[in-house]
Amino acid sequence: MGANLAAVVGVGQTKHRSSRKDVSMAGLLREAAMEALADAGMTWADIDAVVIGKAPDMFEGVAMPELYLADALGAVGKPMMRVHTAGSVGGSTAIVATKLVTSGIHKRVLTVGFEKQSESNATWGLSVPMPFSAQLAAGAGGYFAPLIRGYIYRSGAPRNTGHVVAVKDRKAALRNPKAHLHIPDISLEMVEASPMLWDPIRYLDTCPSSDGAMALVIGAEDVADASAGPVAWVHGMAMRSEPTMFARRDQVNPLAGRACAKDLYTQAGITNPREDFDCAEVYVPFSWYEPMWLENLGFCPEGDGWKLTQAGATAPDGDIPWNPSGGVLSSNPIGASGMVRFGEAAQQVRERAGDYQVELKTGRTLGHAYGGGSQFFSMWVVANHKPSS
Amino acid sequence: MRDVAVVSYAASSVAKETEFNEVEIIVPVIHNAIAESGIPKADIGFVCSGSIDYLFGGPFAFVAGVDAVGAVPPIRESHVEMDAAWALYEAWCYIQTGEIDSALIYGFSKGSIGDPFDLLTMQADPYYTIPLWPSTSDMAALQARAFMERTGRTERDLAEVAARAQRNAVTNPYAVRADANATADAMLATAMVSDPLRESDLYPVSDGAVAVVIAADDVARSVSKRPAWIRGLDHRIEAHSLGVRDISTSVSTSLAARHAGVSGAPVDIAELHAQFSHEELLLAEALGLDSSTTINPSGGPLASNVIMAAGLARIGEIATRITAGAANRGVAHATSGPCLQQNLVCVLEGV
Repeated sequence: MGANLAAVVGVGQTKHRSSRKDVSMAGLLREAAMEALADAGMTWADIDAVVIGKAPDMFEGVAMPELYLADALGAVGKPMMRVHTAGSVGGSTAIVATKLVTSGIHKRVLTVGFEKQSESNATWGLSVPMPFSAQLAAGAGGYFAPLIRGYIYRSGAPRNTGHVVAVKDRKAALRNPKAHLHIPDISLEMVEASPMLWDPIRYLDTCPSSDGAMALVIGAEDVADASAGPVAWVHGMAMRSEPTMFARRDQVNPLAGRACAKDLYTQAGITNPREDFDCAEVYVPFSWYEPMWLENLGFCPEGDGWKLTQAGATAPDGDIPWNPSGGVLSSNPIGASGMVRFGEAAQQVRERAGDYQVELKTGRTLGHAYGGGSQFFSMWVVANHKPSS
Repeated sequence: MRDVAVVSYAASSVAKETEFNEVEIIVPVIHNAIAESGIPKADIGFVCSGSIDYLFGGPFAFVAGVDAVGAVPPIRESHVEMDAAWALYEAWCYIQTGEIDSALIYGFSKGSIGDPFDLLTMQADPYYTIPLWPSTSDMAALQARAFMERTGRTERDLAEVAARAQRNAVTNPYAVRADANATADAMLATAMVSDPLRESDLYPVSDGAVAVVIAADDVARSVSKRPAWIRGLDHRIEAHSLGVRDISTSVSTSLAARHAGVSGAPVDIAELHAQFSHEELLLAEALGLDSSTTINPSGGPLASNVIMAAGLARIGEIATRITAGAANRGVAHATSGPCLQQNLVCVLEGV
C-alpha cells in the first residue's frame, strides 16, 4: 500500500522582525495563516485539521500554546496538534501535517510554525541550569562553535569561508521583502570587523533573533489538482534522530543527517543532488553550516563543501543556489525557520519566489531543517510536477 | 484504513521518584514494552513521545528520551508537546500512510519536581489569564461547580467517584493512591482545596513513564493472539477561554466520540483521563456511557496521573484488558488543557 499524494497549495509568511510588538502571539500566527489560506483560495472553514510547531515553550513563557491559539487558528471543533522537535521543528511540523494528508485521513491541513523571540531571550532560554548536569550556559553559538572548529581542522577550509556565506545570504535577503535583516552594504570587511562571539563565529556569522511565523496549506491530490494557483508536489519526506552524545559520534558530519538525506533521496529519486535540485533551502543558522551541510547532504564529497562555497556555486547565480531567500542567517523565528525552508522550497517550484526566484530546470527543490545538538533532522523534496510512479 | 492494534503496554509510577532521572525512568518502561510486544526493536518503524518542558524545568525534556530509546543507528522519531496519546495518534497516522508497520510511543514526567497544579497555569492565555494565575485545580473547580449546578450532582457524588477510584486502584500495580476501604464519607473528610474540590477529588502527583507499541495488520496478528484493535481514533479541541464555552459539559469529547464511533456497539469498559473526580461523571455523559460500562477499572488518573503519559496509559489499560479477554470493546479517553479543552477518544476492540 503506497501513500496518497499531497502538495503545498498555499503559503503564507509574516514579515520577520526582531520584535513584532504590533501583534500578539495569536496575531502573528494569524498573519501567516490568513495569507496561506488566501493563497490557497480557502477560508478557515475549508480546513480539516491544524498542526502547529515551535521550539521550547520557554522562549515565550506559554506552555503548550496550541491550547490558547485554538480559537485564533480556527481550530475549534477540529483536530489540533503541537509538534516540538527542537530546531528541526518547522520541518517536522510540515511533515506531520503532510502525513495527515498522505495517510488519507484529511484533505486540507493548515500548518503553522512560529517563534516570538522578543517575548524572552532564546540564548538563556536554552541554557537553564539543570541539577546534576554540566552547566553549558552557552546558547546555540557556544555549542556549535567547537563543531565548526572541528570542521575547519578536518577540511582545511580557509578561515573566511563562513564570512563568504554570511555575505552571500545577506545579499540574497535584499531581494526578499519578508527577510528580517536587510544590510545593503554588507561586505566581507564588515563581517570580518564584527565582534567575535564564539571563535570562529563573528556577530555577522550568526542568525538574528526574530519574531515570525510561516504557514502552509497542505492539500490532497484532488485538492491540488483543483487548485487555481500553482502547487508544490511532495516527492519525499524524511526525519532522523540520534542522541546528543554517544561514543564515536561524528558531531561535525552527523550520521543522522546522512541517513535522513539517503532515505529522502531514495524516495524522491535523487541521485546527484547538485544537479537534481534547482536550489536548496537549508537550515544554516551559523554561516559555517553551509559547507558542513553541503557535505552532510551529499552535494559534494566530504571535505569539499567549502570549495563550492568559495567558488560561488551556492550563490543565487551559481549552479546550485543555497538559500536564495536569505536563509536562517537573515531571518530566524526559530520554531518557524525550518518551515520557512520547506515553504521557500515550495515557493521556488511554484515560481512564486518573486525577486529571488531561481531558474527552474528539474523543477525540484530541497527543504531542510536540523536541531538539538545537530541530532534531529527533517527534510523534504518538492516539485512542480507529480511524482512519476 | 489499515487495521492497527495495541500489542503491548508498560508503565511505572510512584508518588515521588528521588533516585532516578527521566532517562532512567524511561529506560525500563520502554524495554518492557518492546520485550512484551514481541517485535524486535530494530523492526519498530517509528518512535514518538509526549512530554512537557515546564515540568522538566528546562528546554528539550524530550531530548533525554532519545537517549533512553537507543537511537544508534539513527531512528525515525518525533515528539509532541502534548500527552503521549497524541503521539500515538501521530504514529497511527504514519502507519496509515503504509510506510511503516509498527511504532513505539511513550510519555513521561516527574510531576513531583514542582507543583503541577500551579505550573500548568502556564498553559493559559498569556495576556488575559496567566496574570491572574488561577491554579488548574481552581479552574477545574469552576467546571465542577458548573457541572453540579446543571445536573444536580452533589459533592457526595464526587466523593463516590473518588472512593471507587481508590478501591479499584488496589489491583493496579502503578497506583500511587489506593485504599481497599475507601468510602465517600472518608473522601468528604479530606481537606477542601478549591471549593467544591477536595484533596481526594484531585489527582495524586505522580512520577513515571508509559510506553505502548502499536502494529498494523499481520504484524500485530503475528505477535499477539488477541491484539487490541484501534477501531476509532479522533481528537477535537474547543475554544480556550473558559468564558466562551459551556464548561458544564464537553462538546469536544462528544464530537470526538462521534467521529470515533463510540456509540456503534456496547462499551464494556472505559478508561477516562479524569484528573478531577467530577470530570469522570462529566466525560461519561459526554461519551454517552451508561451504567453498563465499567469506568476506570484501574482507578484512573485519581490513582496515578503521570502528566503527559496518563492519557496514553488509558489506551494501554483498555488494551491490556481486551488482550486478556476481560473485555471485548472499550473506550479510552485523553485530555489536554484547562477544563477539558482538548479531548481524544480511542475505541478498541478484541475482534
